[in-house]
Amino acid sequence: MSGIIGKKIGMTSVFGAEGKYIPCTVILAGPCVVTQLRTKENDGYEAVQLAFEDKKDKHTPNAMKGHFKKTNTTPKRKVVEFREFPEQPALGSEVKVDLFVEGEYVNVVGTSKGKGFQGVVRRHHFSGVGGQTHGQHNRLRAPGSLGASSDPSRVLKGMRAAGHMGASRIKIQNLEVLKVVPEQNLLIIKGSVPGHNGSFVIVEK
Amino acid sequence: MDLVKIAQESFIQKRETPVFKAGDTVTVYYKIIEGNKERIQQYQGVVLQRKGSGLTETFTVRKISNGVGVERIFPTQSPKIDKIVVDKRGIVRRARIFYLRNISGKKARIEEKRS
Repeated sequence: MSGIIGKKIGMTSVFGAEGKYIPCTVILAGPCVVTQLRTKENDGYEAVQLAFEDKKDKHTPNAMKGHFKKTNTTPKRKVVEFREFPEQPALGSEVKVDLFVEGEYVNVVGTSKGKGFQGVVRRHHFSGVGGQTHGQHNRLRAPGSLGASSDPSRVLKGMRAAGHMGASRIKIQNLEVLKVVPEQNLLIIKGSVPGHNGSFVIVEK
Repeated sequence: MDLVKIAQESFIQKRETPVFKAGDTVTVYYKIIEGNKERIQQYQGVVLQRKGSGLTETFTVRKISNGVGVERIFPTQSPKIDKIVVDKRGIVRRARIFYLRNISGKKARIEEKRS
């Protein structure tokens, strides 16, 4: 799947054909540098490695400095591999936002906002305990029973419980590209995209 | 520069919106689609506030309809707005004149700006 690395800028809304608001996300997509081409002979698979957003030399480990030096680029913050580019880009060339066209559908991968330690009502949409009356007083949002008793004498694996929520890799599929602004490397996508403003996202074609 | 602003600008259709502010009396010509017919509805009242900027800017218009106060919020850049006509320019001391909701009759008059 070909794609590009970007940065979520923020959300806004635009007017659609019927004068209705369409919520949309602005993504600063690229330009990305091709830093390595994975080949079947060398690596066992074919892929294109893209790097996005400059960072300072002093924040780069020597190993990565050498890696970026091979293609004569400045050190980059985010490096991602993509498989199956429609036409293989040359090593050291730039992949820009004009990869996308208006009206096509893309998948966006990002790291969702962290929610911390959450109970089952928030995390798994349990309904909690129905009412506050009939003697019930302190377990409104409790998970209830975890399973049967002496058989199996344990909690089954995969039982939904309270725990850390969010901050995980999420892919949103089939988001429409509303507009491509090549001068500013902007991609305007219908709907929302996982993550905080300013976080990295991967836009897949 | 703010990239969200740039993104919005790529959608803005250039058109003339008159300069108006809170306290002005305006008539909004709003397109309404009924089935497959389109007609234009007029809505006249006092502007209570303007809010936001760019594509998402809105303004609130208040009028008294059959003795009941009615407020409508219009997106300034909405393609459904045919035109906005400023009927009267009022003199008010603040940018958001919500105090108008609590007064009625003679007290709710707004002094007109004479040029």
